[in-house]
Amino acid sequence: MRLKSILTLALLLLISVFAGLFVYPYPTFNGISTGDFANKVLPWRLGLDLVGGSQLIYEVDMSGVESVDRDSVMAGLRDVIERRVNLFGVSEPNVVSSKSGDSYRLLVELAGVKDVSEAIAQIGETPFLFFSEVETSEDAANGEEVAPSFIPTQLTGRYVKKAQLVFDQISNRPQIFIEFNSEGEVLFEALTEKNVGRPLAIFLDNNLISAPVVSEKITGGRAQITGQFSLQEARQLVERFNAGALPAPIALINQQTVGAALGQDSLQKMVWAGVYGTVAVMIFMVLYYLGLGVYAVLALCIYVVLTLAAFKLLSITMTLAGIAGFILSIGMAVDANILIFERTKEELKAGASWASAVDAGFQRAWTSIRDSNLTTILTALILFYFTSSFVKGFALTLLIGVLVSMFSAITVTRTILRAFAKSN
Amino acid sequence: MVIKYKNLFIGFSIIITIAAVASMGVFGFKQGIDFVGGTFWQVRLPSSEASAQILSEFLSAQNLENVLVREGEVAGDFSIRTKELSEERHQEILQLMKSRFGSVEELSFASIGPAIGKELRSRSLLAFVLVLFGISLYIAFAFRKVSYPVSSWKYGFVTLITLFHDALIPAGVFAYLGHTQGVEVDTNFIVAILVIMGFSVHDTIVVFDRIRERLLLAKNREDLGDVINASIQQTFARSINTSLTLVIVLVALYIFGAPSLQAFTLMILIGTVVGTYSSIFVASPLLTYLQKNGR
Repeated sequence: MRLKSILTLALLLLISVFAGLFVYPYPTFNGISTGDFANKVLPWRLGLDLVGGSQLIYEVDMSGVESVDRDSVMAGLRDVIERRVNLFGVSEPNVVSSKSGDSYRLLVELAGVKDVSEAIAQIGETPFLFFSEVETSEDAANGEEVAPSFIPTQLTGRYVKKAQLVFDQISNRPQIFIEFNSEGEVLFEALTEKNVGRPLAIFLDNNLISAPVVSEKITGGRAQITGQFSLQEARQLVERFNAGALPAPIALINQQTVGAALGQDSLQKMVWAGVYGTVAVMIFMVLYYLGLGVYAVLALCIYVVLTLAAFKLLSITMTLAGIAGFILSIGMAVDANILIFERTKEELKAGASWASAVDAGFQRAWTSIRDSNLTTILTALILFYFTSSFVKGFALTLLIGVLVSMFSAITVTRTILRAFAKSN
Repeated sequence: MVIKYKNLFIGFSIIITIAAVASMGVFGFKQGIDFVGGTFWQVRLPSSEASAQILSEFLSAQNLENVLVREGEVAGDFSIRTKELSEERHQEILQLMKSRFGSVEELSFASIGPAIGKELRSRSLLAFVLVLFGISLYIAFAFRKVSYPVSSWKYGFVTLITLFHDALIPAGVFAYLGHTQGVEVDTNFIVAILVIMGFSVHDTIVVFDRIRERLLLAKNREDLGDVINASIQQTFARSINTSLTLVIVLVALYIFGAPSLQAFTLMILIGTVVGTYSSIFVASPLLTYLQKNGR
């Protein structure tokens, strides 16, 4: 049994060494090369608050969209914004759509963007195109025309398949030629059929661009927008249309930007706080529990590297709060050891042999360990499901921390105690 | 010991809890931008050029409302709190600041609309209630085998009371800190409350677990008060030690960690200390009250 424990411990240590190499983020350790193993295999994912970046939340105006179409509009919007963000070269942009109550939102995360205001401008400037019917009514009394009213139609930029820059044959002015997809084609055909002889207004970003009079029903889903564009304006518009026009208007309601310098500084501070905290806990354990404390220190080391490896393997994005959650879990991971050691000491005092005292310590402490960890798991799960993305990072690291600590408290500590059984 | 002076310990807790509730009632909470909307902006200016007062006057001159400027840890670092700003206004003011102070480094910028806060509040409340009842029900379930002399749902009920106690006191401290130091209540505050509830129950479980074990062994021959006394005495060291390890990492986090998490850390620190007290001096004595009333 002891031999088996020694072998298990050796295996655990070996895994831990690999886990340690896997999580250690620097190419050298005290001048010794680690081969930059960690970053080559799988680099750490760091949150915006640690590397710098911006989190933007947009409110989507769905008032002009039929409720059955809303989900597909959101999906389209997400794709379009993702493409736009890709255009200015953000690595791994994160665009998530969410619905809360009646409001539809888009969360855009831009990591490591130098010029956030430029990024915001580009996302916001995406053209929003829609076609509008025009209702002109004459005032019967004096025959004067009153201002025409515009009735927005379903035909919007979301049905644009592609756009092209063309030049008017007569004036040689730049024009935008758009081609609708099959759905848009049907809508456009119906719309032109209905409005023969009447103008059809084209709005871009809520500005009236032109209102050509429809001469006949247009099939084939092609339209030309004639406006007072400069060459550059027209070219930019075409580019944006091809990246995708926004299927619904959006408004920025929330912006959180962290500069890279502040993020770096926070990361450094958190890492050192974690190191100091862990070392202080280790010192306490050794001072209070002496020999047993040394085992707890070993178990804690294994716990730390295994948990970090789990974060990395699961590709969890480490945020400021996430690191805080992990540091808290370090403070709790030794709790199980304390409960077991106290119980073991009690059994020893009652005259039990070392081996049976250790076994009883584990067995009797288990119910407390189980119950207290389950309440923490419950809290972490509730935090995860009912809160915003910032808190999710914290909840997730806490949850994984607790799960690994249950393993390390039971398996790792028991193996260590059994392996060193004779020496006590 | 504990049972003998239980009125004293519980009385002490009642007074502190009342003080905490009064603090919340009198001072209220200073709500952060994620609850009420607004802007939080951290900038680094050439330290020779700026002071909090100069910056504050400069910003007020740009028609910014409710401007509050604080100095950061490093000379030249300032945090600005004001109403919600649109991106255009943000850029405009940044440009004006640059022309006024020379170099301006933007450390962070957050502007939040009021819509998010409303949702956050209702979701926070829901999470709070779920944690409160989730834990209490779990305790009632975990102690289902010991229904004599105190029925297991009463363990759950006592847990519910101690959780309230442990959440209210740090919240009261924060209402006071909000009034005196301008400490704001934000999402972190809610997380801290939930975490406190999740953690503080640990020590309670340790004591309850021992009571459970002794009651099962004693087969009702012992007086409940004696069982509780003995249980508390035997688990005293581990209750203190398990909390102490958490306190150690929290203190490290408070001193060395990121400044933006200090309030969060302090809150959990207070909650941990309160939670340890309540698990030893409040939860177990409460059981004896319920036993007497229950029979």
